[in-house]
Amino acid sequence: MNKLSAVSDWILFAGFSIAVLSMPVWLAPFGADYPDLMQRFAIFGLFAIGFNILFGLTGYLSFGHAAFLGIGSYAAVWSFKLLTMNVLPAIMLSVVVAGVFAFAVGYISLRRSGIYFSILTLAFAQMSYNLAYSVLTPITNGETGLQLTLSDARVIDGIAGIEVTRTLPFTNLFGLKMSGMPGFYFCAVVLIIGFFISIRIFRSPFGTMLKGIKSNQTRMAYTGLNTRPYLLWAFIISGMYAGLAGALMAVTDPLAGAERMQWTASGEVVLMTILGGVGTLVGPFLGAAFIKYFENIFSAYNSTNLNQVFDFLPDGIQAVAVDVAGLFVGSGWHLTLGLLFMVTVIFLPGGIMEGVRRLGLLVTGKSKKNKAPAAGSSSTANEHS
Amino acid sequence: MLLDALLLQVLNGLDKGGAYALIALGLTLVFGTLGVVNFAHGALFMLGAFCAVTLEKILTISTKVKDESITFFEAFKEVPILEAKFPVVGGFIVDYSVPFAILFAIPIMLAIGLIMERGLIRHFYKRPHADQILVTFGLAIIIQEIIKHYFGANPIPQSAPDIVSGSANIGAVFGLGDNIVYPYWRLIYLGFSLSVIGGVFAFLQFTTFGMVVRAGMQDREMVGLLGIDIQRRFTIVFGLASVVAGLAGVMYTPILPPDYHMGMDFLVLSFVVVVVGGMGSLGGAVLAGFMLGILQSFASMNEIKSIIPGIDQIIIYLVAVIVLLVRPRGLMGRKGIMED
Repeated sequence: MNKLSAVSDWILFAGFSIAVLSMPVWLAPFGADYPDLMQRFAIFGLFAIGFNILFGLTGYLSFGHAAFLGIGSYAAVWSFKLLTMNVLPAIMLSVVVAGVFAFAVGYISLRRSGIYFSILTLAFAQMSYNLAYSVLTPITNGETGLQLTLSDARVIDGIAGIEVTRTLPFTNLFGLKMSGMPGFYFCAVVLIIGFFISIRIFRSPFGTMLKGIKSNQTRMAYTGLNTRPYLLWAFIISGMYAGLAGALMAVTDPLAGAERMQWTASGEVVLMTILGGVGTLVGPFLGAAFIKYFENIFSAYNSTNLNQVFDFLPDGIQAVAVDVAGLFVGSGWHLTLGLLFMVTVIFLPGGIMEGVRRLGLLVTGKSKKNKAPAAGSSSTANEHS
Repeated sequence: MLLDALLLQVLNGLDKGGAYALIALGLTLVFGTLGVVNFAHGALFMLGAFCAVTLEKILTISTKVKDESITFFEAFKEVPILEAKFPVVGGFIVDYSVPFAILFAIPIMLAIGLIMERGLIRHFYKRPHADQILVTFGLAIIIQEIIKHYFGANPIPQSAPDIVSGSANIGAVFGLGDNIVYPYWRLIYLGFSLSVIGGVFAFLQFTTFGMVVRAGMQDREMVGLLGIDIQRRFTIVFGLASVVAGLAGVMYTPILPPDYHMGMDFLVLSFVVVVVGGMGSLGGAVLAGFMLGILQSFASMNEIKSIIPGIDQIIIYLVAVIVLLVRPRGLMGRKGIMED
């Protein structure tokens, strides 16, 4: 990598870190500055960034990544139950367990590519989901979900002499309670570390190799390269990211349920990634934050709010407008999500980042034209100006 | 005794397998001809089921009439208008609402299929499979949510006509004793799915249209070069697949009360069925559909569950994984079709 891109990467990283850590400040005008929502931004951002390492770099579309998220959550809650309420061991355990599962699933699924790969990963995710609901109930606590209880062992906490409280203990980082704002900052720091690793992977020879596999796997194989280990590592790494995100979910709210593993959840992370921009560094996080923000806004609306919003319209039209809008808000949020899915894939396959790039071209192309009309390299910009 | 149980499980598997086979057949047709991976195919199955629900709702729009059986005060009961106006014919139609829904569903499903192909799928022929999966996945969510909005989240039970609501004594037919009784409707479903499958195969095998479609599955470009408007035929094929999925849904309503997410549940399994059968192989899809249906019902026998707990939940996926690893092209897949 040349020096220039290294510098711009550092600038990107610094900008990202500042933006994430100062979220409580600049999200306030949007009414999104409360910890619960910002935690979700960070957690799903991390999930999408990890997913992007597989899908963005190699082009392998996994439809089962939510399984690793769920497994990460279960592992973290078990760590809280058996070992300690400190979050660090829980996170490490989750990442390792999710990594091991990703190795097993990836080892088998990666024997096939394209749509077969998608269906194989989907099959594994559905298997985990079904098992979590049925036979594995002793481990997963079935439909109720895995929760903390007063009678949990918490061996390390016991040795360390942390006294047993009469209420349920809180997750903590060496005594610092991991809920509310501290919880958010913890997630934010983990997200920033995850983002840094993702930059390093994108710029490394390993990442370049993955991009080569995406553009032409056969040719990569002809050069004498065995592509399978590279793909497998990409799969494991993205599985570990998912496990980490699952662990953070358990850190901010120590319970785990099987519904996190359902394939619609896998679909959601795919949407986040493509909405933000597949194969870009910041895109997945933007997509995740975008979706979680609007989920939050849209879900909160009901017919009373809507009537207020459309109050300026004449009565008859108001009723119609409220009816139509009512389809998309509240419990109808999934409809909006599906629509967003289709619109993105149809009109903007490159996602938000592509849109930003086109806007940028529009602006710079305009100024270029003023200076040197002959150098009309970007035809789109010329058409618009 | 053992033979009884086995026969019962085979029957159980056959009607579930019938549904899988019908959905997988449509999926494969669309795969093979249009080259499109349609994640919204399960939603078509669900829409078919809701055609039956809608028709039943329309037929049973009720009115209040005086209840003659209660004499000491004025009592009213709700009776479908049809039954009140035409006691004999109306009652018959209401009773047979599910079979009538077939007639109702065919034009609707055909229209939905044609609109879907013209409006959306057509523009995705040349796009990568990942894009096709994503856009149809989005469409499936939209259809599902609209149905949820209008029909609610709870399953809506449908009843089969009274005359076939009982059970058949299968055991006596096979000379196995009287212990095996089986609902008539499930037998009808099995027969129905077999005849639809037979119809589709005959259509493809014995008509000129079918011949062109089969040729198109082999080599789309070549057929186009011969001066045949392959595009238009593919649109019709999509409509056909949509009707098949819809009919499977209509007839399944008395077996499983339809709810808004039944499409997704069946879709995932049907995809697995297609993969096991071999992508692009119609025979393979049907074979794998019935085979996996039977395997699933065997796996849910208590004797087997006690040996391998949880096997009933995962057997289909497990089989899919093994088949894909041992025979990557599926049971009846051919070389060169959807290899990646």
